[in-house]
Amino acid sequence: MNLAHILALSWARSLEFLRDRGTVAWNFALPLLMVAGFAVIFSGPGKPLFTVAVLAPETVPLSADTHPFLGTPAVNFYREASLEKAQAKVQRHRIDLAVDLVRKQYWVNPESHNGAVLEQLLHGVAGEPLRRQEVQGARIRYVDWAAPGVLGMNLMFSCLFGTGYVIVRYRKSGYLKRLNATPLTAAEFIVAQLLSRLLLVILVTVAVYLGCNAFLNFRLEGSAWTLLLVTLVGAYAMIALGLLVAARVTSEEFAGGLLNMLSWPMMVLSGVFFSIDGAPAFVQWLAQWLPLTPMLEAARAIMLDGAGLLDPSVQQPLLQLSAMALLFTLLGALGFKWTQD
Amino acid sequence: MAALLEARALVKQYPKVRAVDGVSFEVPAGICFGLLGPNGAGKSTTVEMLEGVAQPSAGEVLFRGESIRSRAARYREKIGIQFQSTALQDFLTVRENLRLFQALYPKKRPLDELIAVCRLEEFLDRDSHKLSGGQRQRVLLAIALVNDPEVVFLDEPTTGLDPQARRNFWELVRSIKAEGKTLVLTTHYMEEAYELCDDIGIMDHGRLIARGSPQRLLAEHFDDSVLELPAADALRAGSELPFVLRGDWAELSTRDIAGALEVLRRAGAPLGQLRIRPRTLEDLFLELTGKELRA
Repeated sequence: MNLAHILALSWARSLEFLRDRGTVAWNFALPLLMVAGFAVIFSGPGKPLFTVAVLAPETVPLSADTHPFLGTPAVNFYREASLEKAQAKVQRHRIDLAVDLVRKQYWVNPESHNGAVLEQLLHGVAGEPLRRQEVQGARIRYVDWAAPGVLGMNLMFSCLFGTGYVIVRYRKSGYLKRLNATPLTAAEFIVAQLLSRLLLVILVTVAVYLGCNAFLNFRLEGSAWTLLLVTLVGAYAMIALGLLVAARVTSEEFAGGLLNMLSWPMMVLSGVFFSIDGAPAFVQWLAQWLPLTPMLEAARAIMLDGAGLLDPSVQQPLLQLSAMALLFTLLGALGFKWTQD
Repeated sequence: MAALLEARALVKQYPKVRAVDGVSFEVPAGICFGLLGPNGAGKSTTVEMLEGVAQPSAGEVLFRGESIRSRAARYREKIGIQFQSTALQDFLTVRENLRLFQALYPKKRPLDELIAVCRLEEFLDRDSHKLSGGQRQRVLLAIALVNDPEVVFLDEPTTGLDPQARRNFWELVRSIKAEGKTLVLTTHYMEEAYELCDDIGIMDHGRLIARGSPQRLLAEHFDDSVLELPAADALRAGSELPFVLRGDWAELSTRDIAGALEVLRRAGAPLGQLRIRPRTLEDLFLELTGKELRA
């Protein structure tokens, strides 16, 4: 393998990407906008994690003095006059719980996970131990949980489409045919594409992370270097998946369809916006075959739980990602075709 | 002269069609060899097998007497190719594209030389996707020359160019030929083949049906000239002269121009737009393949 070939091609591809201002701007703007959007909608000062309706006379203040549960942090307690309305809101998941201080009873939707958590908190207050409530409810903002998902999703799209779609375009336009007429080998071409895209997505992801962190102050319990390693291996696996899709395809439309078929299940099943812990076992099993799933599991373990490199919650997803990356690279290289014929 | 490149009984079989059917020829060093043929004749496939881009189903290509298949990597370093339609990498300047391709070869022709030979000075730092058709072809030619190749393949290099750009490109090709390089050219333009090629091969239905210098082939196949008149004027001569209609014009092939003119004069045919021309490669092509070249 000729290093000069790889570097020349990587450099050319990187220049092509960086000078395509629209694409670069979009790569930065999309995750920034999404994270900012989540921050505004779900977190930040005065944006609690849970919402609880309280039915109580106007004269009774909604404070811990009235009832210890009303002092729970990260819960938005608001006054509701109509029991009927409060019940309907609970039923439709618009709020997480309704507490009637007059009748000494509460309403919860058995289908609501948030409601179940609040119920536990409520029982905890009545029973006594307050500490547990604080840990569970107060520290993790939704944006802390969603940020890895949003950044991972952006990275996934950039890796899949930035390699898969681009290579199919190269093949269709005859550029690959021209490269094939030079001493460049398929392996050199593939490695060059991998390197270029890897470098660019890591730079973009780190820049977006730091940019968002400046005003959101993400929770990062573990090591930033471990997080970077997970991002690198995850990005490699997804670039390799893009290369595999593009190995033989000659139509941009078909490639777009295939890439969408891969990216949308990842959006839904890999835990970008919400956890699939409650999903059927088959769905959870399927999600494990998508590279974004282990990447986000490891990233969240590092960011939220402070897991280290040797922790199984990081090590196992990393091994899974590495295996996927090698498998996709191997299959992509073996199946690679320069021309449309 | 010893053959630099040799096609030996080349066959290319696709599932439903035999695109090339046993083609053999030799290309001596230092000449410009033109391969002509109607669409679907198999000339592009033949050239792709010569370039090593496509693999023959049977037969072989020899470069300096050795099979190119056994020394594929080395062969690629010795040749330069200008494909008919090649996209360059977007957002890269002409200079950056040249540097990129230069980096892929062990032997590199100095950039300054390439720029001078292909006259790229004016648009060297322009994005390659902002070039005109003629400029683009000059860049692609320069890329074909980055490794200072022994053989340069030019596949329909002037298709789509205006007459001025085409003639400018011919000048470049002549200067490259003057450096002693061997050129293999495919073209739809008979005038181009006549101007640039020392030797031509005409293909039809996957076979080579004629081979020789343009002058020799014309001399072998024709000993007459062509008289052309607007169709309406030619009809005045009735059936006495066997005119053949070609659109609005009628053509008469004859060895006796004076006799034909006398018949037309007697019939009172207007001769104001009369044209007499020698036989061209276009005529040869029609005679051999029965098809218009661009059909």
